[in-house]
Amino acid sequence: MSTAAPHSHTKEHVCWGGGCAHTQHHRLEVIDLSVRYQEVLALEKISFATECGRSMALIGPNGAGKSTLLKSLAGLIPGGSGKILWRGKPLTRSSHEIAYLPQRGDVDWNFPITVRGLVEMGRYPNLGWWRQYSRHDADIVERALTSMELCDLQDRQISALSGGQQQRAFIARALAQEAHVLLLDEPFTGLDKPAQENLSRLFKELTAEGRLLIASHHDLQTVASNFDDVLIIRRHQVAFGPVAEAFTPASIASAYDNVEPAASN
Amino acid sequence: MSTFTDFLAEPIAKRTLMACLMIGFANGFVSAFVVLRKDALRIGTLSHSLLPGIAVAVLIGGLTQWSALAGAIFAALIVGLGSIFLSRTSRLDQDTAMGVLYTTAFAAGVLILKNLDMRQKLDEWLFGSIVGMADSDLWIAYGISAIAVITLTALQRPLLIYLFEPNIAASLGVPVRLLNYAMFAVTILVLISSLQAVGCILSVGLMVAPAATIYLLTDNARTLFWGGGIVGAIGSVAAFFLAYPLGWSVSATIIVVLGTLFLIAYICSPKYGLFSRRRRIA
Repeated sequence: MSTAAPHSHTKEHVCWGGGCAHTQHHRLEVIDLSVRYQEVLALEKISFATECGRSMALIGPNGAGKSTLLKSLAGLIPGGSGKILWRGKPLTRSSHEIAYLPQRGDVDWNFPITVRGLVEMGRYPNLGWWRQYSRHDADIVERALTSMELCDLQDRQISALSGGQQQRAFIARALAQEAHVLLLDEPFTGLDKPAQENLSRLFKELTAEGRLLIASHHDLQTVASNFDDVLIIRRHQVAFGPVAEAFTPASIASAYDNVEPAASN
Repeated sequence: MSTFTDFLAEPIAKRTLMACLMIGFANGFVSAFVVLRKDALRIGTLSHSLLPGIAVAVLIGGLTQWSALAGAIFAALIVGLGSIFLSRTSRLDQDTAMGVLYTTAFAAGVLILKNLDMRQKLDEWLFGSIVGMADSDLWIAYGISAIAVITLTALQRPLLIYLFEPNIAASLGVPVRLLNYAMFAVTILVLISSLQAVGCILSVGLMVAPAATIYLLTDNARTLFWGGGIVGAIGSVAAFFLAYPLGWSVSATIIVVLGTLFLIAYICSPKYGLFSRRRRIA
């Protein structure tokens, strides 16, 4: 995909950086993915397929491998077995099309950087080490800030944001990266109710624009209202499919059997 | 005071002044990396590890700048890689392994240097010898400063993303491993220059305090590098002018001046100071 392709400003376009009606080509397929940390099997034979324009919740008890799966999809964990196919090709190395958003708790919010600086990081795959930051880059960053309603906050240091604003700053970074796939680790955790609802609305906008969202999620009450599909894992795969079909009491019980389900926030 | 101006006219004074300027700047510049990586303690460990390397190199190759340099690099690698090896092949974590390795190495270095009847040299490596620098020392310091500034400036964009969040960096295609090696090499080089200036016990201060000061004054990580360099240089040069009239050791004065600057920032920073109202909103 050409990164220099002109981008539409309208909301109807499908996938930044691409044309329309190609969601079926923007398919993410995972076949028999297993990941082993030294002696410990962290993930065993995970298989699913989804595509741009959808959102998927990743559900399972603590230690089920949710973060490991997200990191594998982001290309951060080498040496897994099985296949991850993105647009029909093996996902072997990092791609600007896939954005990884860590848990907010994993980030040093005191780092001396402003919201704008954080969003500008998303331009790295395009800029590399030395290429000049251009008008084109500035436009894309501007648009990402605007769509996440961060323009007024862009000069703030990132700790001077609320939890919901921090999450939006991360998403804006992914948008500046022109990512098609957003991998989010517990994006709703630690947000108050209005911020959760706001994020939920943004999720729907992002998928309507043709992006694929995959998020680990531990609040079982809000799966149906926030996501199209669900993948339930407990190291192995328990269930996968549209929420209405796969998110059944039986599959939840099977995943959380003998485990205290995490309480909602 | 006239004796001081006389002293300034001497070549040794000029050399010392230049050394303060260059070494202060290079260490301040690299301190941005150390502070952002929250690596101050590891720098302390590394700086102590250099001593036995120098001792062994002197034992083998005689006392030259290059043998000291080679010994220092070798020792840092042994302790750095040794601790990784120990932690992987035992149930110990890397910090514990490093703690044992570096103190043992340091103690061995002290013993070797004492038995070599180099008590004078030992003191210089422990507490610095910025006043006694020869021209060759100075050239090494120039070279190290240039390498540090050029490398960190060239790598700044990927480096800052990596320092912010390694996983994000890796997912964006930042060559994390390469950066790690490059920065390890630069850190060792700069440590050697600070070892000459303030000695291995105080070198942590020179490699942390400048950027720690700027850290309290800015929200822009890029400012940390040049700002740290400038604070390091100004602090070291100010220490030079203070130390002579007061009869203090230049090395120790550098650290005291830098520590004082840090305290001033800590108390008076408009945004993040002790008395600022909005220290944190969220």
